Amino acid sequence: MVLNIEQDHLRFREIVRGRIKQDLKKYISNSEMIGKKGKDFVSIPIPQIELPTFRFGERQEGIGQGEGDLSGPGSAGNNPGAHILEVDLTMEELAQILGEELELPRIQPKGTDRVATERDKYSQVSRTGPESLRHFKRTYHQALRRQIASGTYNANDPTIVPVHDDKRFLSWKTKPRPESSALILYMMDVSGSMGDEQKEIVRTTSFWIDTWIRANYKGVQTRYIIHDAVAKEVDRETFFHTRESGGTVISSAYELCGRIIEEEYPEDQWNVYVFHFSDGDNWSGGDTDRCVDLLKNTILPRVNLFGYGQVDSTYGSGQFVRELESTVAEEDKLITSCIETKDDIFQTIKDFLGKGR
Amino acid sequence: MQIHASPVTSRVLSPELESARVQIQEWARQYGLDFYETIFEMLDYEEMNMVAAYGGFPNRYPHWKFGMEYERLTKSYAYGLHKIYEMVINNDPCYAYLLECNHFVDQKLVMAHVFGHCDFFKNNIWFSKTNRKMMDTMANHATKIRKTIDKYGLEAVEGFLDRCLSLEDLIDRHSPFIQRRSKPAPNEPEHRGVPKISSSEYMDEYINPPDVLAREKLKQEQERRRRKHFPEEPQRDIMLFLIENAPLEDWQRDILSMIRDEAYYFAPQAQTKIMNEGWATYWHAKIMTERALTDAEVIDFADHHSGTVAMHPGQINPYKLGFELWKDIEDRWNKGKFGKDYDDCEDWLTKRNWDRHAGLGREKIFETRRIHNDITFIDAFFTEEFCHEHKFFIYSYNAERGGYEVADRNWRSVKQKLLAGLTNFGQPAINVVDGNFENRGELLLEHKHEGADLRLDYARDTLENIFKLWTRPVHIKTVIEGKDKMLGYDGESHLERTATDA
Repeated sequence: MVLNIEQDHLRFREIVRGRIKQDLKKYISNSEMIGKKGKDFVSIPIPQIELPTFRFGERQEGIGQGEGDLSGPGSAGNNPGAHILEVDLTMEELAQILGEELELPRIQPKGTDRVATERDKYSQVSRTGPESLRHFKRTYHQALRRQIASGTYNANDPTIVPVHDDKRFLSWKTKPRPESSALILYMMDVSGSMGDEQKEIVRTTSFWIDTWIRANYKGVQTRYIIHDAVAKEVDRETFFHTRESGGTVISSAYELCGRIIEEEYPEDQWNVYVFHFSDGDNWSGGDTDRCVDLLKNTILPRVNLFGYGQVDSTYGSGQFVRELESTVAEEDKLITSCIETKDDIFQTIKDFLGKGR
Repeated sequence: MQIHASPVTSRVLSPELESARVQIQEWARQYGLDFYETIFEMLDYEEMNMVAAYGGFPNRYPHWKFGMEYERLTKSYAYGLHKIYEMVINNDPCYAYLLECNHFVDQKLVMAHVFGHCDFFKNNIWFSKTNRKMMDTMANHATKIRKTIDKYGLEAVEGFLDRCLSLEDLIDRHSPFIQRRSKPAPNEPEHRGVPKISSSEYMDEYINPPDVLAREKLKQEQERRRRKHFPEEPQRDIMLFLIENAPLEDWQRDILSMIRDEAYYFAPQAQTKIMNEGWATYWHAKIMTERALTDAEVIDFADHHSGTVAMHPGQINPYKLGFELWKDIEDRWNKGKFGKDYDDCEDWLTKRNWDRHAGLGREKIFETRRIHNDITFIDAFFTEEFCHEHKFFIYSYNAERGGYEVADRNWRSVKQKLLAGLTNFGQPAINVVDGNFENRGELLLEHKHEGADLRLDYARDTLENIFKLWTRPVHIKTVIEGKDKMLGYDGESHLERTATDA
């Protein structure tokens, strides 16, 4: 008899998915979750998915046994109350939920006609093959099994002789390599006016962008540029934790970005996504003109999408987004979005990814 | 239906384990344990988690709660947080599952432990009314509910199951033993009629005027009708009340009855947790240390056994508490530490060194395992000496210091607290008091408040679920922060008002 737990488990997962979808907006603006991201999955806390019953509220008392060393808060947990369930979701599942709930269109990658490369992987065992690939352990294991089964195995004289049928060989499987690849390039303003709260918003937004784009491409590279008055490329860790105090010269970042794309990511092979987050307080009008120029001539022609997210900060004038909108408005590869609070992240993601580019 | 030949894709015991089983079973019988035939099955950890998620039965009706439990078990197993060593089902024959990857010494320990449970199932009076063919019954329930799903659709049936399961605890755990519904007593007021003042015949018409009598009769009639309660007395078995009175379709009534049957089957296990686990632990310790252990296994056994009886912060370990109590009872009755002389003795040292060589310990524990449940067990045997010996205390939360601390070590308080936790098996005591509340067909429940408030968010959700069965507004009388309150749900919104005498 087969147990039916798999069905029940699937049903449970379905319900969980439903719950996550329902509350997706809340999860999106919640950066805690990102901290729980493992390699291939995230763990999402879901409150109360259990069946309600009449039960007692939290009790502040209980019974213990021993010397009673309960010093320090939290050493005794007698709270059956808050039952938070942690559910693991794969990144694909999460992206799928995100896509469904935000009604994101699938991305149409460029360069699908590129030849996919193939790679052989020795990941299987087969009954036939060349002697050079004979799998000794499996072969003898098989022989031992046969001998025990047929009763010819003698524990006092454990000689094992493989016959032809016992032989096992390594075998390979051909795996196609990803056919289209994407680059996500993040730029962030780290000038003095960008505080921790703003960075948190950027971090959360970039997590969801990553999740979605990664689900749409097989090979995704991510690169990070920070800038104040000058721009430099950094690793992920630095990107989210640097704070400079200088002024803001956005064109420095656009220049570096343009150079990276131009030199390293040929247009016909890469889908390039660039996102820039800033509080919109550029150094001078002259520099903004230069930015517009760089965008129009160098960056936009080479990318699928350029997203500009303007994070609200107490110091920034927020002028930059208006300049962009008025001068580059006709370009549909440019999407701008204003993020005032964490709750706007949901809308920003929809803005950025809603076009299916 | 004969399904119990091999409930899971299980493996038979290896010859080595089989001979250990025969041996241990023999020893268990020699000690006086008395059990149904016990069938051991070998499962790997994945199967073990599945069976455990199903409450021990391989065939249950489809429901996501089992899937959730499975996920929880699998995950905590994967993270090394816990491991199920054994599981045993109260059935005739008893089924017990062993975990394949356990050491040989662990398997022996588990088998000895299992025979303890099986003896308890068979002989404890609280289990005497449980269905001993539950393996089959559960499978039948599963089949019936699957058929219902085929007919009415997964969503309808699942939704209904959710509601039923939400009421699972609302049963009357003592009802298998008590005739609750008496036949109407012959002496009820309606048979008495209107009292007449005695008089001579010729004066009767004047002293007891017929029109007054008729008026009085009518008044009584009305009064009786007004007072007639439905149910006549508060009823604890709310599930039964709903089965009999809620406007349900036949398939719904069937499902609710099945869930109720299952709840009654599981109820005694909650009623005797401390005794039962303690009993099994007592016997595995006894059988292992006196008979089954080899020299080489002692350390592993000690390690495993101490894990079983270890205390964890914030909760009482029923294995430990039960185990110690059983040992204490045996010791006391062996030494004659009971009866008037002993109770009246006030000298601590004399009491401590008391030994009359009564030798009644074994007899006493067997008697105790037959007639007690956790509440009476603690009440009868949790003594001052025991409390001090084992250093029990009450802890409470100190808001000023922001932590828990020891509040009281007085044995009476500890005992009181322990018993309070077990009253109504740790569940709020709730009765249905009126099925025609305010003469509008609404349902009124009453929470017998004994110090602890209900958890309100859960209470509201549960009311919603009852509403879906009853289809008219549902109310519950309770106490919130010292005030009498009535919570209600009318299908759209939740009401909370100060309770009046309804």
